[in-house]
Amino acid sequence: MDPKTALVRIGDRGAPGGGLLSRIVHGARHAAEEVGQRLLGPDFDDRVRVLSERYRTVRDPFGFDPEMARRAAAVSAFFHRVYFRTEVFGIEHVPEGRVLLVANHSGQIPIDAAIIGAAMFFDANPPRVMRALVDKWTATLPFVSAFFNRVGQVVGVPENARRLLEMGELLLVFPEGTRGVVKPFSRRYQLEEFGLGFMRIAIETATPIVPVAVIGAEEQYVSLGNVRWAARALNFPVFPLVPQVFVPGGQLPLPTKYRLHFGEPMRFHGDPDDDDTIIADKVWLVRQSIQHLLARGLAARRSVFF
Amino acid sequence: MAAPQLDPEHAVIVTGACGRLGRRLVRALHRRTRVIAVDHRDFPRRPADVEHHTVDLASKRMREVFKRPGVGALVHLGVVHDPHAQKERHHAWNVLALKRLLESVEQYGVRKVVLLSSANVYGPRPDNPQLLNEDAPLLAAGRFSGIRDLVELDLATQSFFWRSPDTETVILRPTHILGTVRNAPSNYLRLKRVPTLLGFDPMVQVIHQDDVVRAILLALVPGRRGIFNLAGPPPVALSRAIALLGRKAMPVPHALAGAALERMFRWRVTSFPAPELDYIRYVCMVDDSRARTVLDYAPAHDLFSTLSAVDDERWV
Repeated sequence: MDPKTALVRIGDRGAPGGGLLSRIVHGARHAAEEVGQRLLGPDFDDRVRVLSERYRTVRDPFGFDPEMARRAAAVSAFFHRVYFRTEVFGIEHVPEGRVLLVANHSGQIPIDAAIIGAAMFFDANPPRVMRALVDKWTATLPFVSAFFNRVGQVVGVPENARRLLEMGELLLVFPEGTRGVVKPFSRRYQLEEFGLGFMRIAIETATPIVPVAVIGAEEQYVSLGNVRWAARALNFPVFPLVPQVFVPGGQLPLPTKYRLHFGEPMRFHGDPDDDDTIIADKVWLVRQSIQHLLARGLAARRSVFF
Repeated sequence: MAAPQLDPEHAVIVTGACGRLGRRLVRALHRRTRVIAVDHRDFPRRPADVEHHTVDLASKRMREVFKRPGVGALVHLGVVHDPHAQKERHHAWNVLALKRLLESVEQYGVRKVVLLSSANVYGPRPDNPQLLNEDAPLLAAGRFSGIRDLVELDLATQSFFWRSPDTETVILRPTHILGTVRNAPSNYLRLKRVPTLLGFDPMVQVIHQDDVVRAILLALVPGRRGIFNLAGPPPVALSRAIALLGRKAMPVPHALAGAALERMFRWRVTSFPAPELDYIRYVCMVDDSRARTVLDYAPAHDLFSTLSAVDDERWV
């Protein structure tokens, strides 16, 4: 008997009033549904519907696929609600329409972007799809490139950022770039240099900037530093030395508690083609406000894990 | 959409008029204005009021055609593209033909030149913006030498645009043209099982052959000049396009597909050169808002009718 038929038969007998086995199957299925419901929240389908509706009317040339995004959201719900138990503060500051989220980047593996995306989907009202710019070389990777397209992540070139904002999307950028992701444990919560490109685009498209502080990601992997010769030998940008990966189960990030602090929207004016020094002053204001949010959030937190 | 107003007194020279797209253009054009068809091939079942010259575009005899009275425009479709032909010869011929044509345009004071280029001249690249505008660099030849001819023709016409302000020069860069035409994208979608690259599913744009013909008519309206991208219905993922057409996709790992296609091409089993795989791997799409505002262009065919036009053989 092929397994498909077998499953169907068990399912058929799963109706109430069957034998002991059927009652167990029925109970298990019920429990699974309940767990799923609790994980995704009672309004999950409504949130998906709101977004599908939006992308039926807004033409998206980037290949966003609401069905695929729904599945990705269901997976990220586990990390968002169970694994990292994210606490979200001030998400009501995120205005409607086009908006640029600027966050600190950290954690050796950029899970922070996924968690911010999950927060925008599960905790914002109405739900928003977070678009982020991904590195160009991901477009050369099979499966990764197709997956990123479908869940709304786009190749990081300025034209794409401009187009997304003009479509009224919510765009996340990490001006620290890879420098933030790979910094060692000793420099946690100290922001690296910020790139200037995001500010020029925000001014040009008159987009409000919402600073976001991500707390918790910086402790998920304890990196002692960068092994330069190994990175060179393997042709990687960096090779972080993370001892925990040698412990069984340590390959997963530590289950720290994530806290997201959204600041008040900031608006900037002026000439987008100004000299770097003038743009850098404006960028400095954003960087400072993220640093403040980080300091406040760190002072208020009692434990890394709870 | 109202038919564009053309001057019925002036004649339009159409090169490459006997190709599938050329014949459609001549049919759309000959009731509005005088048409002089030019091709090295014969023109069977040609409309009675169309005059046809069987002539090599690069030859001296082509000059005689420009001496016909009242030549007001040149539409250049006669770009030879045979993937298996000797590259040097066919490159020299294409470039020489265009050079001679533009010399005649200048000498005889032809007021309008329309070149049908292609959006493929931008090249599919991993770091392309999702939609390219007309200012983007033409980088296709870097990885795919087969398209070098077209890039060079496009650039030569651009320099003519600046050199000869008395002539209104129009360059049209349409995305993948679908229909009864025998070009790579139509042939690709006509395959029974459509090979795709495993794990890659880029967004693609297609345009119906008749929408291209209408865009050429719009470009012939006096006063219009410049470079225009042309796109059809909104972009769609390649896998979705294949599914809409009712075909089955056959995903092949990229390394395997590249090696296999290279051999098959060398043995002349296929007409797709291996570097063309990048067009189903990376994005190469255009922003056609300039054509929509300046030329007043809008595609008349929706996605389904554009895709299914590849199976349409009524006119053959």
